[in-house]
Amino acid sequence: MDRRKFIELTGIGMGGLMIALPGSYISAAELTANPMEVAFKKKMADIALNAAKSKGASYADVRIGRYLNQFITAQEKRVSNVVNTESAGIGVRVIANGTWGFAATSDMSPDSIAKAAQRAVEVAKANSKFQTEPVQLAPVTGVGEVAWKTPIVKNAMEILIKDKVDLLMEVNNAAMDNGANYITSVLFLVNEQKYFASTDGSYIDQDIHRLWAPFFATAVGAAGFKQRTGLGNPVGMGFEYLDGDPSEQISIQGANVGYRYSYDMVQDAKDAGQQLQAKLKARSVEPGKYDLVLDPHHLMLTIHESVGHPLELDRVLGYEANFAGTSFATLDKWRSGTFNYGSDIVNLFADKTQKHSLGYVGYDDEGVKTKEWDLVKDGILVNYQAIRDQVHIIDQKESHGCCYSQSWSDVQFQRMPNVSLRPNKQDLSADDIIKDVENGIYIVGRGSFSIDQQRYNFQFGGQLFYEIKDGKITEQIEDVAYQSNTQEFWNSCTQFAGQSDYRLGGSFFDGKGQPPQVSAVSHGCPTTRFNNINVINTARKVG
Amino acid sequence: MAIFTQTKARELLSKVIALSKADECECNLDGSNAGNIRYARNTVSTSGEVSDVTLAVQSCFGKRSGTATINEFDDASLEKVVRRSEELARLAPENPEHMPNLGPADYSKVKARFDSTASVTPEDRAAAAEASIVPSRENKLIASGYLNDAESFSALMNSSGMFAYHLSTDINFTATIRTEDGTGSGWVSRDFNDSSKMDTKEASAVAMKKAMGSREAKEMEPGKYTVIMEPAATVQLLANMFGNMNQRGADEGRSFLSKKPAEGEEPVEGAPTNRLGDKMFDERVTIYSDPTNPDCPTAPFAADGHPVGMTKWIDKGVIAAMPNTRFWAEKTGANYYPTAYTGPGLFGGNQQLIMEGGDQSLEDMIKDTRRGVLVTRLWYIRQLDPQTLLYTGLTRDGTFYIENGEIKYPIKNFRFNESPIVMLNNIEAMGKPVRINGSMIPTMKIRDFTFSSLSDAV
Repeated sequence: MDRRKFIELTGIGMGGLMIALPGSYISAAELTANPMEVAFKKKMADIALNAAKSKGASYADVRIGRYLNQFITAQEKRVSNVVNTESAGIGVRVIANGTWGFAATSDMSPDSIAKAAQRAVEVAKANSKFQTEPVQLAPVTGVGEVAWKTPIVKNAMEILIKDKVDLLMEVNNAAMDNGANYITSVLFLVNEQKYFASTDGSYIDQDIHRLWAPFFATAVGAAGFKQRTGLGNPVGMGFEYLDGDPSEQISIQGANVGYRYSYDMVQDAKDAGQQLQAKLKARSVEPGKYDLVLDPHHLMLTIHESVGHPLELDRVLGYEANFAGTSFATLDKWRSGTFNYGSDIVNLFADKTQKHSLGYVGYDDEGVKTKEWDLVKDGILVNYQAIRDQVHIIDQKESHGCCYSQSWSDVQFQRMPNVSLRPNKQDLSADDIIKDVENGIYIVGRGSFSIDQQRYNFQFGGQLFYEIKDGKITEQIEDVAYQSNTQEFWNSCTQFAGQSDYRLGGSFFDGKGQPPQVSAVSHGCPTTRFNNINVINTARKVG
Repeated sequence: MAIFTQTKARELLSKVIALSKADECECNLDGSNAGNIRYARNTVSTSGEVSDVTLAVQSCFGKRSGTATINEFDDASLEKVVRRSEELARLAPENPEHMPNLGPADYSKVKARFDSTASVTPEDRAAAAEASIVPSRENKLIASGYLNDAESFSALMNSSGMFAYHLSTDINFTATIRTEDGTGSGWVSRDFNDSSKMDTKEASAVAMKKAMGSREAKEMEPGKYTVIMEPAATVQLLANMFGNMNQRGADEGRSFLSKKPAEGEEPVEGAPTNRLGDKMFDERVTIYSDPTNPDCPTAPFAADGHPVGMTKWIDKGVIAAMPNTRFWAEKTGANYYPTAYTGPGLFGGNQQLIMEGGDQSLEDMIKDTRRGVLVTRLWYIRQLDPQTLLYTGLTRDGTFYIENGEIKYPIKNFRFNESPIVMLNNIEAMGKPVRINGSMIPTMKIRDFTFSSLSDAV
């Protein structure tokens, strides 16, 4: 599965997506049925761990998962898809002869589980013939039996399908009554019920919820057509995110530009319709150098691509060379202790602990308690993202706790935690950032994005573009994209807003690995200014 | 084993249809046995095997439909999946675009399954990886790569008598080979239905040569260049363009194939709303799909069971057909142009495209080039403007400067901002089509291709 195929499915541009929906479709009633009993899961886990040890594993962990998805698509005035999926099974990972082995089964009988554990040991032993670097696992102290749950108010799986359909219909009508000709709106709801146990003595039961409600609207004019996607964020929250609390709305010079921890999807659809009409009439940008003011819904993707990915340690080491590529942020740059990733006001941190974020969990998929750590401190590269079998490479003793697998049937590996830009200690607003800009462009929302395989050169578009002259937004413009280089870009960062403007954006379907796996990750940041950036015009006459 | 023979698939699906109480019922049964091996830093990093079969049942009451799937096939499970789909159908709102079932049909014969691929073992995969790793190590290069193979089947049946069955095998290999100092990188991709055609040693030698040849790349000014694009460099742009050729999007005014009255003119009732029949590309451009093509066979039926034959999408530069749905074809009085079923799930696999080529070899094209750039592949391709199909992305893993008929030196990678529409109007020469990503694409020499900036990435 890749982004392109999803785009074909919806028939419109959807940036930043990756999707795989494994599992079987189930009924609404079964979707909300009781999860597996913890005692049952512990029993199954012990069968796997004991079988692995008896076959010669020096370490074993087991993940028993029940993964639920619901996904509803509405196009204009009709619902085109209602899908419920469920996937349940058990995955066993072991170390034998210093090598990883993995096997999984959907058959939860004791015999089948023991066989899966045995197969994992066999795979490890077979692969150990090729092993040149035996696994070194950072120690983890077992936590015994613990439980963790995403703090949700309304379980999205329990909301009636009719209410969800009504919401999407209201959204579509709002966009079409206000200037859009076409709209597709979607609800993606995810619930991961996962149980982790390991020979370290941990039995961790977690219930994780995520939600995303994107839309894609189009307006057709005499000279062409324009598109605008929703400004809502994918979140680690329940259906309460869609309550549309007005106090969570962010406005700049009187216009809605974003949402913090509550999203008014209908209001956003209305705005989209009106903005589409404005886009059809908007002036095309004059290319050149501008000071850019980037709103968080836009900047999150730039952070994802230019900070999140290049600081994945497996990528730095070459394990992803054949797929996504390697990284410019090599170990020598980190070891020097002087590599200026950004200007000295830039502080970028990683975590799996921010409330409402997509990465928020109690423990990662190898039983490590989650935490926060610095990646770039006062502009200097200070750390990477690494898991238990990697941290020794960067002379550290403790895993960062960012190991993840998309399902019970895939092996877990290092995945991007939330990576965020620390807001200004002074609580400046977005308006405060704009008022000092003489000749700039304010960019809202994420558009087209492309970056090279070592994460130097990138080009990003957006949803909405506004000219800034002498501290004021003057008019909506079109056809804007900026090109830069990661290090130059972050060194041109001169100012940002404070905590009350800080928002979490995210990628619901981020892809990595072969065979590819998806994961969900958030990026927090405030409205931020970058000086003297190269802006190109993306309009072109053809045929 | 996850492979059902045609007889076994027909038996199972007949049983499912017999259980249905809905107005109409349609089922898909898809299964595969797949295996893979991945390596990096000259050592195997992961390997695995996955077997799976899924039955999807769609039940319809009037214009309401619901779908449920299951991967167990005892009588109780079959009953359960049918009842689930009926329950979801009753909950779903009416879909005004729902189309009734198709009846039985005859399908073309296709040979897409090869014993060689169906019998690939973990040892074969390890040997394939070794054939890439060992020569790399011997040449002080660092290899990473991925090989996956699968035997798959798809069976479709509905309550109106339609039954279709397709059996296939596939094997795919990619390798990225880099110099130890990280200043050179080469890449190769191969895919076949018949694994006896797969030679990972030969393929890796191509990537090794590019890795060693791309060291000490020089900087060139961005701008418009004559480019020689290997098939891997254009296949994605062509697939993206095909993904935008849908008739409905064009008729609705939101496609590069929309037809509008000229500026200042009023729309005329009944005037064409799309560019079917318009010449939009160089007359050497002919692109079609054909399930029976022996080099890249596909299922000879669409997802609804309609037969799929040879379809010319672009004929001598003219838009000859636009893919559409049965609903849209009927609504607009157009011919129905379905695409081949590419597998289960929401997305399926790659859509097969066959582009006619020319007779020039890569060497001929280089020899005839006064000043140009040879491009191995393009990376991170994203759309900038759906109206002009303007895309951006970067060259990667082997970009070379050509001067006076020969490759002069490796050059740093470029970002491009270009449209396949422009590209297909600026063709200078074409080679013989070769298989890439399940399609057949020729090497193309193209003038005035736009590179907009430089990248330091290797």
